[in-house]
Amino acid sequence: MKVGIVSYGAYVPRYRITPDEIGKVWGVDGKAMGKGLMIFSKSVPSPDEDTITIAVESARNMMRRCDVHPKDIGALYVGSESHPYAVKPSGTIVAEAIEASPDLMVADFEFACKAGTAAIQTCMGLVGAGLVKYGVAIGADTSQGAPGDALEYSASAGGAAFLIGSEKIIATLDHTYSYTTDTPDFWRREGQMYPRHGGRFTGEPAYFKHVVSGAKGLMERNKTAPKDYTHAVFHQPNGKFPTRVAKQLGFTDDQIKTGLVVPHIGNTYSGAVPLGLSAILDEAKPGDRIFAVAYGSGAGSDAFDITVTEEMKDFRRDRAPTVKELIANPKFLDYATYAKFRGKIILGSE
Amino acid sequence: MTMRRVAIIGVGDTEFGELWDASFREIGIKAGLAAVASANITADKIDAVYVGNMSAGRFIEQEHIGALIADYSGLARDHIPATRIEAAGASGGLALRQGFMAVASGLHDIVVVGGAEKMTDVSDVESAMIQSSAADQEWETVLGATFPGLHALIAHRHMHEHGTTRDQLADVAVKNHKNGSLNPKAQFQREIKRETVLGSPMVASPLRVFDCAPSSDGAAAVVLCPLDHAKNYTEMPIEILGSGQASDTLALHHRKDICTMEATKVAAARAFKMAGLSQKDVDIAEVHDNFTISEILAIEDLGFFKKGEGGKATEEGRTSLGGEIAVNTSGGLKARGDPIGATGLAQAVEIVTQLRGGAGKRQVKDASVGLTHNVGGTGATVVVHLLRRV
Repeated sequence: MKVGIVSYGAYVPRYRITPDEIGKVWGVDGKAMGKGLMIFSKSVPSPDEDTITIAVESARNMMRRCDVHPKDIGALYVGSESHPYAVKPSGTIVAEAIEASPDLMVADFEFACKAGTAAIQTCMGLVGAGLVKYGVAIGADTSQGAPGDALEYSASAGGAAFLIGSEKIIATLDHTYSYTTDTPDFWRREGQMYPRHGGRFTGEPAYFKHVVSGAKGLMERNKTAPKDYTHAVFHQPNGKFPTRVAKQLGFTDDQIKTGLVVPHIGNTYSGAVPLGLSAILDEAKPGDRIFAVAYGSGAGSDAFDITVTEEMKDFRRDRAPTVKELIANPKFLDYATYAKFRGKIILGSE
Repeated sequence: MTMRRVAIIGVGDTEFGELWDASFREIGIKAGLAAVASANITADKIDAVYVGNMSAGRFIEQEHIGALIADYSGLARDHIPATRIEAAGASGGLALRQGFMAVASGLHDIVVVGGAEKMTDVSDVESAMIQSSAADQEWETVLGATFPGLHALIAHRHMHEHGTTRDQLADVAVKNHKNGSLNPKAQFQREIKRETVLGSPMVASPLRVFDCAPSSDGAAAVVLCPLDHAKNYTEMPIEILGSGQASDTLALHHRKDICTMEATKVAAARAFKMAGLSQKDVDIAEVHDNFTISEILAIEDLGFFKKGEGGKATEEGRTSLGGEIAVNTSGGLKARGDPIGATGLAQAVEIVTQLRGGAGKRQVKDASVGLTHNVGGTGATVVVHLLRRV
């Protein structure tokens, strides 16, 4: 049985802040920082937005594009590293919002930036095994960067949802492969407001080692090469890392440009590869092959080999905004408003 | 009692850099084994081990480094003496001096001297704090002075007193990166321009990121024996002709002139006197350029250039490869890297490699005498060695 993507939807908050504006506050050349990171603005959730609202918006956009009855959804998983509740699922709210309750399995996932793709893999298994007709996999985050920390220039918000099934598939999920080790490059303990990270350690031994190993592992098992793919998307914590890893693996700038959304919206963590993949699906044609590798600190990578089907021709992409449309018309914030929006201003108590 | 003459018969080192896949003990052993192998000796010949290390306790929470290295070198069952030497940035050079004295005195015949540091397991901030502990904790660090900050004071004063320019400071980094580009074991193997230095983020005015040596992981080691036995092990022994050590006030502000490291002058004078040589005899020097200003002070205080003319000499290329004295052919601390405890030994490894003619693209032709200059803190400990081809 072929398993694949039946529908998808994305969401990105409208607010933005530039590295320059952040740098001004911390005495850093933000323009140079942005150029180095290849991030020119990052999305900021409004005070009424969190991972759950982003997941709901994405899931609703996903449902708008298909005619699947919500009661046919047998599983829903939300992957995030910024679930609003430490104890209480995000997924139950999303399931209610799209009217999929109560006959379904729900759980929240966390694996730093790749919890969303882990949810896709779980749904692949459930659909493939015939346990559910449809599964919803969501990656969404309102990621945190401590004030003044390097992460503050990139940590942003956004997400995307995928309906996984075996009928009317617009893109088949042909293969997946994960590469996992215990590599503590980035973490946040219970009760801590902001994550900590190993600085440059997050690069070579973490991101690059795992993304390269995940990508090569999949291509070796698949007997494919970079030239076999029309599009590729790699986890995008900034613009520099995915561009460099693509080159290292032998992918061209042309192959990665459609899915590279980070320069405009920053690092959406669990939303990063899901949003990049959505941007590709917004434009992909039947027969296109997509290569996707998500990375999660801690650390692991999820690699996917995806093929766009003939169903894409009749798919109603126009029923919901494309990633390009979501990214357009941003509202720029100054640092003070941004600090208020992100809860960085601690209000005195009575 | 007459001192015995001492030779280096083997050298070994690791690449310097962010060696995330290797532990402290792994890099220490790697360098030590390479040195032992190149000296054509077997482990049972080793009489003693000295290890230079500044702060394993804080960098990797491991003390008792002497025993650790002896154990993991397979020497624990022979119960040989293994001693850790600490003098901040001069730990490696001082370990070499201890080994030299042990052999010269006749107490030991074959001595392995190693140096190692693993600095990248802690955050950048933590690393900076640990390095700053080489200054005076009660009078400097506790009041907010950092290691770069103290060197920035020196740089400002040197610019004020002697007219050293910002460009001349940059030229030190440019030269050392160029040398590093010719050293396959250097942490930074890319050439840079003056503009690279001048455009890099400010650390402590006037010093920018490219004025500062990096945090590094790495190890280096040498094997010593009496010169009389040296030919049994190698055809190219390198003699340690002179060894000088000097101390100064721990805090920078207690010095009468912060533009001069008196300890460098005294340690150099002692080494030159022991060797019966003068500055004119030296072809190559590895000096302690933990900051660009430090190299300018070093080449002045070692007596290669007059006080105040170090910057100009650097600008004119007199310390470059092919200049009158090639300084920091390895890339120095700036480009070769600065794993603190290993640095003094890495300097000796570079000089030995040069004197043996094995330095490849950065080889200084016909080099016969080389100097190493290793500094702890802002100059409170300095160790100078003079090495010569036999």
